[in-house]
Amino acid sequence: MAEDKKGENKYSIIIPTYNERLNIALIIYLVFKHLKDFNFEVIVVDDGSPDGTQDIVKQLQQVYGEDHILLRPRAKKLGLGTAYVHGLKHASGNFVVIMDADLSHHPKYLPSFIKKQIETGASIVTGTRYVTGGGVHGWNLMRKLTSRGANVLAQTLLWPGVSDLTGSFRLYRKSALEDIISSVVSKGYVFQMEMIVRATRKGYHIEEVPITFVDRVYGSSKLGGSEIVEYLKGLLYLLVTT
Amino acid sequence: MKHIVKIMAILVAISAFWIGLLQAAVIPESYTWLLPLYFIVSLGCYGLLMVGVGLMQFPTCPQEAVLLQQDIREAKDFMKKNGVDIGPD
Ligand SMILES: Nc1nc2c(ncn2[C@@H]2O[C@H](COP(=O)(O)OP(=O)(O)OP(=O)(O)O)[C@@H](O)[C@H]2O)c(=O)[nH]1
Ligand SMILES: [Mg+2]
Repeated sequence: MAEDKKGENKYSIIIPTYNERLNIALIIYLVFKHLKDFNFEVIVVDDGSPDGTQDIVKQLQQVYGEDHILLRPRAKKLGLGTAYVHGLKHASGNFVVIMDADLSHHPKYLPSFIKKQIETGASIVTGTRYVTGGGVHGWNLMRKLTSRGANVLAQTLLWPGVSDLTGSFRLYRKSALEDIISSVVSKGYVFQMEMIVRATRKGYHIEEVPITFVDRVYGSSKLGGSEIVEYLKGLLYLLVTT
Repeated sequence: MKHIVKIMAILVAISAFWIGLLQAAVIPESYTWLLPLYFIVSLGCYGLLMVGVGLMQFPTCPQEAVLLQQDIREAKDFMKKNGVDIGPD
């Protein structure tokens, strides 16, 4: 049977969405295209998007089957960190992938995450933009500068053990994700940084694979505000608590 | 051990070494007094250098944006064929 060839691992791909009507259709198409040789499910955690993201997901369920696409919505916008926790509760795989819906995280890299995990037995495989084979497209000089500055500061002060702290395209052993996420309190993208730093401190085996990051084409960014201040606060918080 | 403790420990070790130098007087005292200043300045230079090098070598991938556009077209075609209403454009 075809199922046997796919091995015993199952990958639950958690995609949080807020107003990603078009993107969610595109990314699910690409996930199915690139993961056809694996056991997987997609878990969409939509926070009551007013643009009808959930309607699209329901239509996609008709096309791809409800056992492959799980819609686990919440009533209102409650933030990213808790969206992952919510999705994780419904995950039936022994591995979990976390990725954004906005196509900045391209599903074509999923097989390389999985391959890396199988080769190394790692508990976490994290995508990095800052090694050969990786890269970013669509950032202006200011964005590059803050990104590099933030990275140098974090590498010098935190010794995080990974080259890309704020990236959020990652594969986790489910038990590892459950363990780490329960001790994380930060919000916004400090959340991603806290996840990986806590994982390093807990001694989890972490591996990296190169990914490219193309800035979002459709829809609008949900983060914002005083990002630099938030980042510095997060750094300080991690210094004294990890 | 919290990470800040590790960093403090390193700073204390460096200070102890410096005080040792002051007392042993192996190099002229006026030089020794300047060492902390040199330390801070070189730390700052290191940071600026790393950011500068990082900026110059910032990995970009313009071809990926082109590939993504192809993937988007492919996905949109599929959705149209399967009657998923993703709206115009
Ligand atoms: N469920 C849920 N998803 C969210 C929430 N905020 C953001 N998201 C989703 O999380 C992912 C990342 O959000 P983005 O707005 O792309 O954040 P970002 O990648 O840092 O910002 P950009 O650079 O503009 O892409 C996207 O898939 C969003 O739809 C939220 O409150 N709830
Ligand atoms: Mg994004």
